[in-house]
Amino acid sequence: MVSPSRTMSVHAKARRGGLRRREAIEGFLFISPWLVGFLVLNLGPMLYSLYLSLTRYTIVRDPVFIGIQNYIDALTKDRLFLVALEKTGYYAVVTVVVGLTGSLFLALLLDQNLFATDILRTFFFLPSLTPIVASVFLWGWILHPNIGVLNYLLRQIGVSGPGWLTSPEWAMPALFIIALWGSIGGGRMVIFIAGLQGIPRELYEAAHIDGANIWARFRHVTIPLLTPTILFNVILGLISALSVFAIAHVGTRGGPVNATYFYVLHIYNKGFADSEMGYAAALAWIFFVIIVVFTGFQFWLQRHRVHYEGGLR
Amino acid sequence: MARTATMAPAAKRSRVRPGPIVNRVLLYVIAASLVCLLMGPFLWTIASSLKDTKEIAQFPPILFPERARFENYAEVFRMVPMWSFIRNTVQVSVLAVFAQVISATLVAYGFSRFRFPGRDLLFMVLISTLILPREVLLIPSFLLFKYLGMINTLTPLWAPSLFGGAFYVFLLRQFFFTLPRDLDEAAKIDGANSLQILWQVLMPLCQPAMATVAIFSFLSHWNEYLEALIYLSSKENFTLAVGLRFFQQIPNDAQEPRDQLLMAAALIMTAPVLLLFFTAQRYFIRGIVMSGIKG
Repeated sequence: MVSPSRTMSVHAKARRGGLRRREAIEGFLFISPWLVGFLVLNLGPMLYSLYLSLTRYTIVRDPVFIGIQNYIDALTKDRLFLVALEKTGYYAVVTVVVGLTGSLFLALLLDQNLFATDILRTFFFLPSLTPIVASVFLWGWILHPNIGVLNYLLRQIGVSGPGWLTSPEWAMPALFIIALWGSIGGGRMVIFIAGLQGIPRELYEAAHIDGANIWARFRHVTIPLLTPTILFNVILGLISALSVFAIAHVGTRGGPVNATYFYVLHIYNKGFADSEMGYAAALAWIFFVIIVVFTGFQFWLQRHRVHYEGGLR
Repeated sequence: MARTATMAPAAKRSRVRPGPIVNRVLLYVIAASLVCLLMGPFLWTIASSLKDTKEIAQFPPILFPERARFENYAEVFRMVPMWSFIRNTVQVSVLAVFAQVISATLVAYGFSRFRFPGRDLLFMVLISTLILPREVLLIPSFLLFKYLGMINTLTPLWAPSLFGGAFYVFLLRQFFFTLPRDLDEAAKIDGANSLQILWQVLMPLCQPAMATVAIFSFLSHWNEYLEALIYLSSKENFTLAVGLRFFQQIPNDAQEPRDQLLMAAALIMTAPVLLLFFTAQRYFIRGIVMSGIKG
């Protein structure tokens, strides 16, 4: 004979199992928009483009399987591939290093309890809201070689200004100026501010009592405690810098003499100007691998170098 | 980042003791010159957009035109179908915002309030798509929408927002975690089903986070350039981003400088963004900060 309490617990278990299944079904239903989107707009296209990258495909004719020929061509024959890699790497390193240093500097400045900090922050932030196309227009005019205001100001101090966007040597620095203007006071600065406010001020006081000067406090308190924030900004900053496109497409079209010929421009030109979809897909996959390797490396670095508060390392 | 950080201006602390006056003055000088560097180009652009064809090309340049020519802005609308650019951009952005807010809320609710097999793995997958630049998917996405017959329509620009969007799901999930589960439980005891709990109990509370999602989604669609470039081929369908470039590329037959008009066009595109910022500043800042705090 089964005791009543035992029967109940079996019933309860069955009901709990039913509830759990119901919860699981509902959960899946709620996340289904993302799941479908992931399969149809991310995973599917990734796999399809992996297949395309192994073909010659010019849209008008069906894809022809050619093995890894596209990858071989990119690495051995395509001179612009290397140019694009070099220009993109250069752009990414400079804009991320200078940009993040600048953002951190602005954040530190805003952390000093200056008068009207809120207004200052708004002023710093506004340029980052300018749409890229608009900021290229705006700077294109300021950087005009002959009648631009920047070269006029340079002339006032006795410097003959360069041709900026029209000069092979100065087009890249011109893009740096445009990109940095539009990013140093933006999201990354705000994230740094939040990071700085998370640093307990007792640590500064302790360091101060120990006789640490302002630089020592920055070097040994601020920077170590800020490393998670820095890493976050570096990863996202690097990914967005490597994907640079609009600023060059509107500003220079990759010129002059390929001086600003970025990687995504190359994908775009191969795919949409030359209709070499298979080759462009291969280029995109190489790009994807580079991003994954970089990000993986940074996460590895994080495990070894980043200080997390509360963690003993 | 294990610790949370807030941007509450009220929480100002006097971390740095007022140093020597000289240091404070130096800080203000630095801050003022930075403001000039960052805001100067804006002011120069506004001034330039109000000049006439002579003043714009004048050298040495003058800051203020003799008379502010607001008719330059009307001239932009005459030279290019600006209304149509604006209408298309608004259409894309508004549809995207609605699609994004609704779908991301549903998905974030599913990830934060339900237990199901594989949930944490799926969320890891979602997070890892954050580092996947859309540029990688350019070719296959184009071919997909071409297959669906949607090239040269606005659909490819906003329809992907129907599927949540990893970044927005992440933001909202973080926010859902801050809402106590007791609320759900209480509503459940009152007989509410899970959609009712979401709609009547949680949604009213997560409006700030939804506002953040709406703003970010709006901005990214308002500014989107590369996708508009590959999907839109005829002038009637252009958004502002590609419309402005189209304007830039029109051959200048009159041989008259028209940079003042380009500046006006750039400001027309920027103005709504600035307006949005000033009306919803705190959601901007909060959203950025939330994105910087990893779960």
